[in-house]
Amino acid sequence: MQNNLFQDQKFRGILYQTLVVGFFALGLYFVINTTAYNLEKRNIATGFGFLNNPAGFDISFSPFLDFKSTDTHLKVYFVGVLNTLLVSFCGCIAATILGFIVGIIRLSSNWLLSRIAYIYVEFTRNTPLLLQIILWYAILIQLPRIKQAPQIWETFYISNRGLFGPKPIFLDGSNIVILSLVLSFIISFFIARWAKKRQDTTGQQFPTFTTNLSIIVFFPFVVFFIMGSPITLQYPVLKGFNFKGGAVIRPEFIAMFLALSIYTAAFISETVRSGILSVTKGQREASGALGLKKNWIMRLIIIPQALRVIVPPLTSQYLNLTKNSSLGIAVGYADLVHGFGGISLNQTGQAIECMAITMATYLLISLTISFFMNIYNKSIQFKEK
Amino acid sequence: MKKLLSIFAVLAFAFSANAGTLDDVKNRGFLKCGVTTGLIGFAAPDDAGNWAGFDVDVCRAVAAAIFGDSSKVEFTTTTGKSRFPTLASGEIDMLARNTTWTLSRDVNLGFEFVGVNYYDGQGFMIPSALGVDDATGLDGATVCIQTGTTTELNLADFFRANGIGYEALPIETNDEARENLFAGRCDVYTTDASGLSATRAQADDPDKWVVLPNIISKEPLGPLVRHGDHQWGDVVRWSLNTMIIAEELGVSSSNVDDSKGSNIPEVLRLLGVEGGYGEMLELSNDFAYNIIKQVGNYSESFDRNIGPDTPLGIGRNLNALWTDGGILYAPPFR
Repeated sequence: MQNNLFQDQKFRGILYQTLVVGFFALGLYFVINTTAYNLEKRNIATGFGFLNNPAGFDISFSPFLDFKSTDTHLKVYFVGVLNTLLVSFCGCIAATILGFIVGIIRLSSNWLLSRIAYIYVEFTRNTPLLLQIILWYAILIQLPRIKQAPQIWETFYISNRGLFGPKPIFLDGSNIVILSLVLSFIISFFIARWAKKRQDTTGQQFPTFTTNLSIIVFFPFVVFFIMGSPITLQYPVLKGFNFKGGAVIRPEFIAMFLALSIYTAAFISETVRSGILSVTKGQREASGALGLKKNWIMRLIIIPQALRVIVPPLTSQYLNLTKNSSLGIAVGYADLVHGFGGISLNQTGQAIECMAITMATYLLISLTISFFMNIYNKSIQFKEK
Repeated sequence: MKKLLSIFAVLAFAFSANAGTLDDVKNRGFLKCGVTTGLIGFAAPDDAGNWAGFDVDVCRAVAAAIFGDSSKVEFTTTTGKSRFPTLASGEIDMLARNTTWTLSRDVNLGFEFVGVNYYDGQGFMIPSALGVDDATGLDGATVCIQTGTTTELNLADFFRANGIGYEALPIETNDEARENLFAGRCDVYTTDASGLSATRAQADDPDKWVVLPNIISKEPLGPLVRHGDHQWGDVVRWSLNTMIIAEELGVSSSNVDDSKGSNIPEVLRLLGVEGGYGEMLELSNDFAYNIIKQVGNYSESFDRNIGPDTPLGIGRNLNALWTDGGILYAPPFR
């Protein structure tokens, strides 16, 4: 009975899908159209021309770019992106390390340790991140005032305006020292590769770690003295209202960093735990029977197999952390949402443009993280030989 | 999030019929007014949870003019950042939130300032222990600043013009600024001088804080509405003017009933005894009477909320009537 077109499954499928896409496009068109119409009617200017206008306000937290109030909104955007990337990057690394440690501790046979890890995970996982950020900031703000800042060796100072320490100053010839450091890393890499290959073929072991560590430490040191110490330290000095010179880590950054990494580490630790538990008991017993040391079993047998389970959810934790960094607004951390999506938006009134750019940026960052994590994930999958 | 909501609200607004705001308010039965998140003297809830303050009185005056009942107001708190999207989206009918009248807000953001209820200027507050007596001595200081405000821009201009440096600590609300200042996270708080007085009044020991004499900007603060609804703009404008005119004419909440038998023609016009001025605004003819009776005239509101006898202790100065050496002036009620 093919005479009725609607009884043709293929035709019906195409029809329904066309209708859905059509309705979606119509809805999108309607939304964009009404927005444009309303903006027009309210005399709200649109367009991206404002990006080249001077911002008119100052951003103090800009470790990578020098920002003045005469700079443009476009520069506000770049400062915000860099600050977002900074806290996300530091947060992801710290969360991963802490998460792995806690995840392994939770499986420890030591009752007290595993209980402490359990309490930590349940406490941080089940309270809102925003509150944790504000809590950390509230604690940091109670540190000593700048005039009473306690010092360590007249080099480090702790105050509620941040942690102050020495800043390296690079003089002429410092390029060569840095080059030597990079070079020693490259040499170490090749030594490690050579050592692994030799062990694979002959079974002979090589003290890779100690050799490489001494290369990385001693080689640049020798170059440093040959070049006549071209890198000096600038110490912070209390002058007037604030410390002058030196380097500083602001409490806003510390609060964000601590809250983001501790919060996310709780989730990562659960991922790590489930990954380790997914490796069958037989693997552990078999490697024990072969006489492998306990930490070798973990490092060589369990973790490589667990990683296949750990990495996909780990990727989404990285994405979460990056997106959660937008909560920096709560403590005045000058990230993308606070600076560009907040102050610029408000000073120019270009809400839709600013939000669109900000969202597109987060999308780009997230997709980039996913891209690299997917490559990594492929590299650790079972390779059937 | 609020910004995002507002964008959706702008979209959603397109679907609702765009009737006049005055009709909307009348049909709804109460006024939606945007105020600060809490600035003692200007807008803050009292012990019983009722909003009170100098800006709140403007909202109440408009409610009294429309409904003859100053309590028919729903207050929405707004931050320096959320205030404009909230108003633009139609979430509130008017904004009375110590907002500075500037060209770009008037023109580019699509709002209409209906007048000035407080002539202010930006100042600096510091701990008196710092021993600084002029703002040009603040080189290198950390400054708490509310983001998304004109004061943020003035601050950058002031330090740039004087060739001195500072470190900005961006915060969202007056409460946050107070906490950071009192904890010593910043040395200086800068905002409108009236806001500084309010903050100082909340300190444990107000004498430990000084407001520097430097006033670095003009900050005419006033209520605003959405651009384009002129009828609604007129209602808010003349509600505010009524309070100022009433002070000029010496009509207050205590003598307003007696004043109905006054022999001064402008008083009779104001109170709706003569002429049909309320009807021109599509209000009742006794709208001004209701405002004065329930909210009071300008000086009553000033003295009750921020005047010399309150913890804020602000003098009239610029905000005195033009006849008393100030610049407060309302067009004639005629």
